[in-house]
Amino acid sequence: MYRYDEFDARFVRERVAQFRDQVGRRLNGSLTEDEFKPLRLKNGVYLQLHAYMLRIAVPYGTLSSRQLRQLALIGERYDRGYGHFTTRQNLQFNWPKLRDIPEILDLLADVEMHCIQTSGNCIRNVTADHFAGVAQDEIEDPRPTAELIRQWSSLHPEFSYLPRKFKIAVTGAEHDRAVIKAHDIGLRLRRHPDTNAISYEVSVGGGLGRTPMIGKVVRDYLPKADLLAYLEAIMRVYNLEGRRDNKYKARVKILVHEIGVEEFKRRVEEEFARLDGPSVNADPAEVARIAAYFAPPAYEVLPTVSRVLEATKAANPTFARWVEVNTAPHKAPGYAALTISLKPIGQAPGDATSEQMRLVADLAEQYSHDELRVTHAQNLVLPHVRQRDLFAVWQRLGEAGLASANVGMITDIISCPGLDYCALATARSIPIAQAIQHRFADAERQRQIGELNIKISGCINACGHHHVGHIGILGLEKRGIESYQITLGGDATENAAIGEILGPGLAAEDVPDAIERIVNVYVETRQANESFIDAVRRLGLGPFKAAFQEVAHAVA
Amino acid sequence: MLLLDRTGTKTDVWTRSEGAAIDNLSHALVDWEALPDALRQKARDQRIGVSVPNHIGIAELKLVLRQLSLVSVAFPAFSDGRGFSLAKLIRNHGFTGTLRASGPLIADQFAYALSCGFDEIELPETSAARQPVEQWLAAASRISHGYQRGYGDNHNILDQRRAARAAAG
Repeated sequence: MYRYDEFDARFVRERVAQFRDQVGRRLNGSLTEDEFKPLRLKNGVYLQLHAYMLRIAVPYGTLSSRQLRQLALIGERYDRGYGHFTTRQNLQFNWPKLRDIPEILDLLADVEMHCIQTSGNCIRNVTADHFAGVAQDEIEDPRPTAELIRQWSSLHPEFSYLPRKFKIAVTGAEHDRAVIKAHDIGLRLRRHPDTNAISYEVSVGGGLGRTPMIGKVVRDYLPKADLLAYLEAIMRVYNLEGRRDNKYKARVKILVHEIGVEEFKRRVEEEFARLDGPSVNADPAEVARIAAYFAPPAYEVLPTVSRVLEATKAANPTFARWVEVNTAPHKAPGYAALTISLKPIGQAPGDATSEQMRLVADLAEQYSHDELRVTHAQNLVLPHVRQRDLFAVWQRLGEAGLASANVGMITDIISCPGLDYCALATARSIPIAQAIQHRFADAERQRQIGELNIKISGCINACGHHHVGHIGILGLEKRGIESYQITLGGDATENAAIGEILGPGLAAEDVPDAIERIVNVYVETRQANESFIDAVRRLGLGPFKAAFQEVAHAVA
Repeated sequence: MLLLDRTGTKTDVWTRSEGAAIDNLSHALVDWEALPDALRQKARDQRIGVSVPNHIGIAELKLVLRQLSLVSVAFPAFSDGRGFSLAKLIRNHGFTGTLRASGPLIADQFAYALSCGFDEIELPETSAARQPVEQWLAAASRISHGYQRGYGDNHNILDQRRAARAAAG
């Protein structure tokens, strides 16, 4: 994991002092509320429906045990004993008091954490593949790139007052687990076919919200050394030319859409050619310095298959099922990347209590080289677990209610906080997620359905990624009543696609019925080993629409 | 209006002219539209500055930069960050005269403005009354070093790390 040097440490401490001073200047009237607002947002402080919310950056979703314990402490001391992991791999506290926030920031700085640029019209926390460094299909670890961008984008003099927020995601694997095509910039590390040199495929203009767009490739093979200069060129074009007349048209996706990807690319390439790259880019020694922090831990030499694991699986089918669903293959023989589901049936997706955080921190320390990850699907990952230790980990997770075997399944629902917390929301989302979970709670039924992603947003801003859910649910408000729009066929992977609307909005209580009918169509018509999303692609919307209409009509 | 630079308040030597009527002003500041006329009238010892909106194209502006001693970039609102990129472009095109940011900026933007190549800030009275010059000077040095190379001096963190590596051999 990356560790702060003296410069990083001082930078974060100075940012805390700066925020204290900014609060002071707001209180003495030097700054108006309008002037103070972007300053607090750029430090992660939102004014929500019932209280302030603090969003803490978890850069590219990587945490140490010590950091997670500190988050547990903050949750206990300054919040209500729990926190909420977000779809951008961050952690939110929903009930802190404004006067406590500088103290919280100090506690975060103690463990090399901060809230810098977790909100506001600036470059946000950089996200990455949650299996970075351990995935078998990885070409290069995306975390050194993400860390370089984290540093470069922090308090950037030129790009801190952008037209709108700006999100960057990085993956180094073939299978996209970071939803890079739904980001303002998506970077994919890949080898050049001729030179074999590691390069970046650069996509621009993806995004969800009210105008969902899939990112478009502007560079197939950007040399690694040119990254910062190329990002500077993209950001400069966007900062100067992105729309500022309408906040709903201010994201870079709209600029790319309006002038066309070829013209956008031309402007970026022109600026990139003109600016002095060597004076902007990080030198290779700096890139190497950062990369060294992400060297693999000292793995034991183990057989590919653990006989201990096989024996315990044979003796305990529930455990075997959990291993099958919640673990992913690991680069190192005899190890597994374990996903801990924060989606037990009936709980708010992504919530974890301080006790649960401490337990996971202990397990990471004991079994996973002191490291864990936050996923964009709002789960946690222990990236380096010996297969033979999985049973012990499972038992301890079970005691804390964290052994749900549903990762990637229909009950592993992504959901925004919705109207229960959020000032922007137009409908509830957590209760909808809970109702669907209850409907499909039966483990055997989930197993039969297989991989199926449901994603729920409580408003058009789409924090719950509903556009890229296999089944997406969008909560709206129509004449004072919550109404839920269902979309089908979205995909968050390298086959990124935006879901299509099935029909008229439904009342909250009818959503589980509609989902069940859609799922039944799949179960009844699928071919051997065909996943839900593959069946939707093969069959098209037709049969699902017909089943959906039965529910919609029943309501109308 | 309050004019300040990295050392504190300063006296404005520039006089805004009506249209292109620069007469015998030693430092005449004209609007972009009036600039061609003003440049035609310019006497040898006269200095010309121009006020530009933040959406002006660098392709047009760069053609006249060599004849200008001051470019004043309008910030219609503090939240409109186009001026930062425009300043960077103007500097990248070799402008060595005075670069001014004019508008209701906030003290927390002072360091950014200086890093992007601005020399001075021209503040409306309402902003200046709330944010005295001491706040600006304090804000300018609140964060000792940034990470970005190519913005201002070479005291950025990446260059300092590089220097430390070189010193360590």
